[in-house]
Amino acid sequence: MFQSANRRDFDWAMLAIILLICGLGVVQIFSATHGTIWQGSWWKQILYVGAGVLLMWIMTQVDYHAMMQRVYPMYIASVVLLVLVLVIGKRAFGSTRWISLPAGIHLQVSEFAKIVIILLVARFLTELRTDVLELRDLLKLGGMILVPMALIAKEPDLGTSLTYIPILAVGVFLAGVPWKYWLAIGIIGLIVVPIGFLNLQPYQKNRIVSFLDPERDPQGTGYQLIQSKIAVGSGGTWGKGVTKGSQTQLRFLPVPHTDFIFSAFAEEHGFIGVIFVLILYFILLMQIVQDAQTAPDRAGMYICMGVGALLLFHILVNVGMVVGRMPVTGIPLPLMSYGGSSIWSMFLMLGLANSVRVRRFVN
Amino acid sequence: MPYPPVENQPEQQSPPQKIHLRDDPTFASAKLAAFQYIAVAIFLFLVSGFWELQIKSPEIYNERAERNRIKALPIAAPRGKILDRDGRVIVDSHSTWELILSRENLKQEHLHEIADGLHLDYDDLVKKVTRFRNRPKYEPIVIKEDLTPSDLAFVDSHRDPETFPEMEVIESQHRLYPQNGILAHAIGYTGEISESELDNPDYAKYNQGQIIGKFGIEKEYNDSLMGIDGERQSVVDNLGKEREVLGIKDAIPGKNLQLTVDLDLQVVAELALGDRRGAVVALDPNTGEILAMASHPTFDPNKFAVRIKSADWKELTNDPGNPLLNRAIQAQWAPGSTFKPVTALAGLESGAIDENTTFNCPGGASFYGHFYACWGKHGSVSLHKGITQSCDSYFYNVGNKAGIDNLAFYSHQVGFGARSGIDLPNEAPGVVPSPEWKLRNFRQKWFAGETISVSIGQGATTVTPLQLARAIGGIGVGGVWQVPHLAKSLTGKEKPHEWALSPDNVHRVVYGMFGVVNEGGTGVRAKLPGIDVCGKTGSAQVASAAYERLHPNVKDNAWFVAFAPCYKPEIVVSVLWENCGLHGQFAAPIARDVMVSYFNKKERLAESAKIKQSPASTFAAAITPPAPKPEPPPPAVKPVDPDAIP
Repeated sequence: MFQSANRRDFDWAMLAIILLICGLGVVQIFSATHGTIWQGSWWKQILYVGAGVLLMWIMTQVDYHAMMQRVYPMYIASVVLLVLVLVIGKRAFGSTRWISLPAGIHLQVSEFAKIVIILLVARFLTELRTDVLELRDLLKLGGMILVPMALIAKEPDLGTSLTYIPILAVGVFLAGVPWKYWLAIGIIGLIVVPIGFLNLQPYQKNRIVSFLDPERDPQGTGYQLIQSKIAVGSGGTWGKGVTKGSQTQLRFLPVPHTDFIFSAFAEEHGFIGVIFVLILYFILLMQIVQDAQTAPDRAGMYICMGVGALLLFHILVNVGMVVGRMPVTGIPLPLMSYGGSSIWSMFLMLGLANSVRVRRFVN
Repeated sequence: MPYPPVENQPEQQSPPQKIHLRDDPTFASAKLAAFQYIAVAIFLFLVSGFWELQIKSPEIYNERAERNRIKALPIAAPRGKILDRDGRVIVDSHSTWELILSRENLKQEHLHEIADGLHLDYDDLVKKVTRFRNRPKYEPIVIKEDLTPSDLAFVDSHRDPETFPEMEVIESQHRLYPQNGILAHAIGYTGEISESELDNPDYAKYNQGQIIGKFGIEKEYNDSLMGIDGERQSVVDNLGKEREVLGIKDAIPGKNLQLTVDLDLQVVAELALGDRRGAVVALDPNTGEILAMASHPTFDPNKFAVRIKSADWKELTNDPGNPLLNRAIQAQWAPGSTFKPVTALAGLESGAIDENTTFNCPGGASFYGHFYACWGKHGSVSLHKGITQSCDSYFYNVGNKAGIDNLAFYSHQVGFGARSGIDLPNEAPGVVPSPEWKLRNFRQKWFAGETISVSIGQGATTVTPLQLARAIGGIGVGGVWQVPHLAKSLTGKEKPHEWALSPDNVHRVVYGMFGVVNEGGTGVRAKLPGIDVCGKTGSAQVASAAYERLHPNVKDNAWFVAFAPCYKPEIVVSVLWENCGLHGQFAAPIARDVMVSYFNKKERLAESAKIKQSPASTFAAAITPPAPKPEPPPPAVKPVDPDAIP
């Protein structure tokens, strides 16, 4: 299982970019939380990142094929854990997402289940014998992913639940689906979305409505979007400086160290800072795509693209929300937002991509 | 790119699982490129979002961030006190708390509970909030003044961000007026600036929500009384908690205003007038200082202190007694016989009569084919008897001889037909009829018979109680008519109107008025022991005699005007008793009470000045600190019950 990988093969450049993004995140967490009850968060985040690097290293050492062979037991374990979350989970901010472990660690199972889903999609699609995805296989794969999604949506945590869709979508896209399936998916989507909307929790409906028209209820559900846009806009070209952003410091911006960290960052570092960080993310993403291109086999490519799709989706939804172009969903910005589960699951996935990379010359 | 055929996969050679996993990874390279393009598009989409907010229009968001951050709370400037001529406080301000709603974080659904908690009417509150809809959001709404301790407790326990963060308590100044409507018409009242006033260019210097003078002295001297509000600018967080004070601009308190009114006299005048409808004006003819000014029925200005309830306002405006009318300066009525001294003066000064001219009174006189009745049969009447007995026939003849032009000219000289210039808003000018006046206003010729009516103060002639007091007082001091005023600072500042009257003629008229009170004339009820009071009664018809007979509710007005002492008068008092139905002599006791009080006080002050000068009290004063001026003693004279007069 532990196949020796050359230390030179480890993607040091990628690690540098990751740590740069994490470092900016730590500074922003410090700036956004000093003088509040979360003011110790920045050094905890450093610990999380440190542990994350370790996890990434370990993950790089593990042969992803070995993990893929054990993906079904891992999938079943994930589902069981997600059920457990609903039964004995820790409740906070109106939803039950965490399982409490000893030593005061609360793990968000849905974050780690992402890795299992990536492996599951990769294995399922690799094992196909046909050029294109048959409807039967598509439904089978979709059904397997729908189970954890439904459990997560029940927490309720619609945002995280939705992050599973791009993994599936990119996998299916790469595997090749006849155009009539896309059409069918589109039609089903058109039917399911309104029905789904009607079945949403009231607060979720409000979020979508107020995303479309935030000024309708500026004190209620539109508040976060408006305050985020004010924070970003008032940052201007150069930003107000670390610990100088009034929207962040005076807490008009909600949760400026987790979901809205990029809004706080944009306020304090301006357009220049935003472009810098977005370029870092873009390089990271392209690096992962390159890992996919150079992967030794289809499985490796599926894994890398699953990670890439997830990363891109997170960036699109979180950063889009910050500038008011996406509804408020409450999913974190990878590597920057404060939170152990989010950091660790991201590092594990990056380790997975790296594991593919270091094995690119195996054949 | 064509996909490699499935048959070529090396799956057959290896164990099944491995075979499946290790196939050709390049089959989807075109799709990977597509993914890259999608990623580029998504990143550009996100960058354009930041471009729009941070590069294209950061000013808008900067301003909104500043508005989030900086809160400016007004610091109300205390309004100046209003003092009487002795420095006693008539109107004071006290601090109160008022509740404002910040509309930036106002939630409509909170209004119900807020209204309940503060015992406000929910519908009124909603109406008020709706009215403000078109105003800028940062302008707060004052929803309750004069918060009680229980209101404050409610606000304190509910203004946290989870409940009603829109509530905000600010300090404000509340006006405190005398009880029972004393001096209400002269002082006036304050109120919040109205929407229509805000649109008026004269009020451009005021802001929404400011309390300004609306009536009387409060309006006239608003700018000096008001002071300038301060402001406290601070940085607040999302909970409205103050993080840092940016700056405090202190409020500049309004200036105190000293009036010429003597509270003692004022109280006596109010009590003497009682519940009669009418007015009393007392002034010093030498300076024009108003010593007392009462108008009844009166109103309670405290109801106006900030914002009058609509029910109270309706009651005041629908009251047939019209309590908001300041009768002292706004009631314009025919002066009746109180006009006769002016007719006499016109006759004497124009040379139409002299002190020896007599006319016969067989109970009336005929002019131009009409018979004009007198109220009695006076026989041969001279000037002195004419004034004393108030003989109409005598004055018909005087007026007829002098002519309307002379009557009008001297009416204007004594100040009729024009605003006196008192420092109160909305003074009425009254009317002095003349051929020119009639032509200008009615495009009609003057009838000679009208002169006859005018000469006894009827016809179109109207005066206000203030004008009458000023006119008679001016004659009493020999032809100087001071501008009446309420602000002490105006004394000696305004140029009086002067007209060189012959001292002999003045003496003849004054002597006649002395007779009215002291020689068994119509004003005997105003007689005072030891003081030479001069006066003149008047019973003025407000409609034709025939009309008054048909309408028992429409009755004659009673007038009385008096000054004292006869030589070098110090005080002149005019009394109007509207719709009295009795002879003018019944208004005389009201004027007497005011004068008694005036002279009693003068004597008392002289006495205490004497005591202070004695060595014993000098010693006492040296060891005891000067005590604050004691409250005014109760009026020296008991108010007179009109029914008790036979």
